[in-house]
Amino acid sequence: MRVALFVTCVNDAVFPATGIAVVKLLERLGVTVDFPAAQTCCGQPQYNTGYRRDTEPLVRRTAAAFAGYEYVVTPSGSCAAMIRDNYPRIGRLQTKEGRGGDLSRTADSLVPRTYELTEFLVDVLGVTDVGAYFPHTVTYHPSCHGVRMLGLGERPRKLLEAVKGLELRELPGAEECCGFGGTFAVKNSDVSAAMGEDKIRSAVSTGADFLCGADNSCLMHLGGMLRRQDAPVRALHLAEILASTEEEPLL
Amino acid sequence: MSGTYLGMPSFPRAARAAVQDRTLRANLRHATHTIRDKRAKAVAELGDWDQLREAGKQIKDRTLRHLDTHLLQLEQAVTAAGGTVHWAADADEANRIVTDLVRATGEREVVKVKSMATQEIGLNEALEAAGIAAYETDLAELIVQLGDDRPSHILVPAIHRNRGEIREIFTRTMSEWGRPAPDGLTDRPADLAEAARLHLRDKFLRAKVGISGANFMVAETGTLVVVESEGNGRMCLTLPETLISVVGIEKTIPTWRDLEVFLQTLPRSSTAERMNPYTSTWTGTADGDGPQTFHLVLLDNGRTGVLADEVGRQTLRCIRCSACLNVCPVYERAGGHAYGSVYPGPIGAILTPQLRGTTSEVDASLPFASTLCGACYEVCPVAIDIPEVLVHLREKVADQGGKGHRLEKAAIKAAGWVLNHPAALTAAERAAAKTRRFHPEKLGGLPLAAAWTNTRDLPVMPAEPFRDWWKRTHNS
Repeated sequence: MRVALFVTCVNDAVFPATGIAVVKLLERLGVTVDFPAAQTCCGQPQYNTGYRRDTEPLVRRTAAAFAGYEYVVTPSGSCAAMIRDNYPRIGRLQTKEGRGGDLSRTADSLVPRTYELTEFLVDVLGVTDVGAYFPHTVTYHPSCHGVRMLGLGERPRKLLEAVKGLELRELPGAEECCGFGGTFAVKNSDVSAAMGEDKIRSAVSTGADFLCGADNSCLMHLGGMLRRQDAPVRALHLAEILASTEEEPLL
Repeated sequence: MSGTYLGMPSFPRAARAAVQDRTLRANLRHATHTIRDKRAKAVAELGDWDQLREAGKQIKDRTLRHLDTHLLQLEQAVTAAGGTVHWAADADEANRIVTDLVRATGEREVVKVKSMATQEIGLNEALEAAGIAAYETDLAELIVQLGDDRPSHILVPAIHRNRGEIREIFTRTMSEWGRPAPDGLTDRPADLAEAARLHLRDKFLRAKVGISGANFMVAETGTLVVVESEGNGRMCLTLPETLISVVGIEKTIPTWRDLEVFLQTLPRSSTAERMNPYTSTWTGTADGDGPQTFHLVLLDNGRTGVLADEVGRQTLRCIRCSACLNVCPVYERAGGHAYGSVYPGPIGAILTPQLRGTTSEVDASLPFASTLCGACYEVCPVAIDIPEVLVHLREKVADQGGKGHRLEKAAIKAAGWVLNHPAALTAAERAAAKTRRFHPEKLGGLPLAAAWTNTRDLPVMPAEPFRDWWKRTHNS
């Protein structure tokens, strides 16, 4: 099984602990992981801001970096959704505009091999108990692209419920957007902050120690707000909880 | 916040005021969450919702592909049934046609059924300029009209008002428009409704001209359909001698059988009802029964332009249910007025810039008024992929340039170069890691950075980027 980690640009530069956690978790489960260094960014910020053609070189780069791997695993529902939903769309538009067909072929090859982390664990490896230990209270925010574009459904919850020592608390209004939205966070910063504040209030109301998510871009926004407000909740990526064991606990 | 880059100005500025208005936030939160939950229950009752949604989408798409044929068939059927069809290319032409038709009756006042199309073209204002008073008869539209306000929701135009505010508006202004509010009016919903009923009754019984829109136009028989809850529509459609309906061309459906789908999906999506209380249908005129003169004004006003856009045309499937507004987290915080159009919320953010273009500040900012969370697409009963159209329109705005676009474009190009050269990216990541002790938590100088750090701390940069950890631990 040749598995490549698509760590994503945000995790590479800002949240390496999440990438490290994925590697440790997968290696613990007997998977040999590779990290193709040619990868950078999936192009979602550019695409979603209206710069589709500037995204095309990144589609090519991402696909080339992961050519030949059986599975491409990423700890980001949003970046996985970018590949799965928007790469084929970018390809179709390129063809329609008479500028060649390489992007469609690229998407056709990459899309079926791309898995968000919880999909890979539950659907490919067939595990929900990954042998993790995390003796804390946790509430889970299912990010929009994971819920509505990928349809992750119960996978993250099942994984969390199987973690030894972990107490899962229901997050009120869980499926509502946190207000990050990429460049929305700065272009419409007032609305973004208002949404974030409501999400944080819900998280604090659960009494949980950790606000867990599967997308560090959302957690960067929520975590930044939690720290600004000195709130008693910490934002934490799901992978870091799953990587934590009794022998090597995260905390 | 300065408007130094794309999509920044109008919507964000208007939304900021709304976000800070605590009463408005509370009104909107309560109302949208109530309707949202009810809708979810009403939809969950149907085992075949997904098929109905798909059928609605396909009926609309098929009709739009052959819209020219269906419209001609509709015109023929309406004419055969005793009605007169007028074609209006834009708002001015539609307003001129309606004003002339009302003038020809010699009347100086009209009663109106709630209609988005007539609001879109500013018909009330055009009639007022011609000395004709137009009375809104939908309860919420009445509240908006009496309050000299603007609607902020497609289905619930006064959603931004609470009971206390409505009592105050009725007490203060009803006497200027007709029958005054009863003495000692309370803010009980039943009392408020009764005050409106008495006020409107005079107008229904007096009016000689009614003006409506329509939810559907059935091409095969020339039948118009209005779906409503209060019965005011039925009064306006049956009591006056002359009825004028202004309807967007995309409201056409080929056959009565197609109604089967939409009369299930529309009420459940909009008011969360299994069936709405009043469904009125009329075909031309009938001797001695209802209006003796019927005019249909078919409105383009930008719709054929939308139809020509392969990605954008799905917008024309919209049946104006407003389910997308009720689930939208941005609408909930920003309110309807921030969208600068009679079409607020997610559907407004894609419809308005297509109907009006993206040359004005507010219209260019609308495609950016979304986190692309996808909640709107999920509830849309005709499966309009609103996020897809939003991104498509963002591309158009970026392409056309505009205020500050050069800066953003340059930033995107620069980032694109770095991301396509991993060595440069690694160098940048290492530089950020090395200088991390000097990174502030807040950045005041740059507008873009301040927009982030006004409410959130910047993330703490790691000691080394992931790729260096990998190299250190796995490549040796």
